[in-house]
Amino acid sequence: MTRPGEYYQRDRTVHPPAYTPDYKTSVARSPRYAPISLQNSVSEITGPVFGHDDIDAGDNDLLSNYAKAGESPIGERIILHGRVLDENARPVPNTLVEVWQANAGGRYRHKKDSYLAPIDPNFGGCGRTLTDKNGYYYFRTVKPGAYPWRNQVNNWRPAHIHLSVFGSAFVQRLITQCYFEGDPLIPICPIVQTIPDPDAIAQLTATLDLNATIPLDTIAYRFDIVLRGRRSTLFENRLEGN
Amino acid sequence: MPQKLTYLRETASQTAGPYVHIGLAPGAAGFDIYRQELGHEIAGPDAKGERIRVEGRVMDGMGAPIKDVLLEVWQADAAGNYAHPEGGDPVEDGFRGWGRVVPDFETGEWGFDTVKPGTTRGRNVGTQAPHLNFWIVARGINLGLNTRMYFDDETEANAKDPVLNLIEWENRRGTLVAKRSERDGAVVYRFDIRLQGDDETVFFDT
Repeated sequence: MTRPGEYYQRDRTVHPPAYTPDYKTSVARSPRYAPISLQNSVSEITGPVFGHDDIDAGDNDLLSNYAKAGESPIGERIILHGRVLDENARPVPNTLVEVWQANAGGRYRHKKDSYLAPIDPNFGGCGRTLTDKNGYYYFRTVKPGAYPWRNQVNNWRPAHIHLSVFGSAFVQRLITQCYFEGDPLIPICPIVQTIPDPDAIAQLTATLDLNATIPLDTIAYRFDIVLRGRRSTLFENRLEGN
Repeated sequence: MPQKLTYLRETASQTAGPYVHIGLAPGAAGFDIYRQELGHEIAGPDAKGERIRVEGRVMDGMGAPIKDVLLEVWQADAAGNYAHPEGGDPVEDGFRGWGRVVPDFETGEWGFDTVKPGTTRGRNVGTQAPHLNFWIVARGINLGLNTRMYFDDETEANAKDPVLNLIEWENRRGTLVAKRSERDGAVVYRFDIRLQGDDETVFFDT
């Protein structure tokens, strides 16, 4: 019998550990016991499925999805685009990608953000889309600004866009942040540096993509996302197991 | 040199941060942008099964509620099927089995309405006791935390559940079991999640 099997074990070496004291908030919010290793059951290999009834076509355009008619947010106009793939390099089609970010001044539209940079009346700061059959997605937005945050007294977040991705199973669920190439704040950010592997940080850094820019209009950055992959065959030696 | 493997590496996780609600629940962040937000309705009115409410808090290592947390729930319907191509038989109309849960920002208390899930199939043989899967993100959580909630009125099924039985420390299994009560005629399960401490909730590396 051949049917899709379990997802590959998560490669913990690419992820930040739970306890990262230089990022102070993690200290009281990190479990101390080791997580219990759990082989995938039906509860893990399934996950929510989304369709075009759930979202609207303009939801991926942050330049217009909160702007007043005829107006536009302030800031550097960018396209963020790429593909969602799995570890087998196969595209992940029809999966929900959601983004959120600060405006060009580094201010979030959130009732709990009180940074002195102003709210942009034409910028909500969130978007969502479904990947196409090739796993491709794109957003139009403004490049977010850097902003200060309370960790050490003088920490600044590099410009970043938060991304949330589903895949087709609950074990593929992922939230991450996309940075922009050349930003001098990346190597000194305590949140970025929770990731021990420099290659994994490089993989979170979007690349200027001149070919995809729209001349005289919008500059493009490329950001591919990789979710966990899956064995394609199932041969189990111990079927009486759990 | 042997041949080189060509697998890609999973993209690294980063914390969802304090403003995760902007992206996943903008109404909670304080503004209205989409025609509809996702994850508000786990089980629509046509879904069969016992209607229940689940409530709780997520507590940090100081015992303080985490007020900026966001949880996602994934569950089977009352017949034990998931709304997914590999989830078993088709689910009830309007049953999605997935929800997003945001606490009151002042107290950290959260709650949601759903139906009690049925027994689901085990990995190869046998069954799993009724349960909800949770995925928890927040500022300070570097990689989303996976856990499960079971039901304290399912003593027999829980005793045979392959996942609960995988937990070597029997005294920790209770951290996954929600307590049933009734309030104004409605069934409420209480499920507090503790990230640290002697009664730290069991989390799974799935």
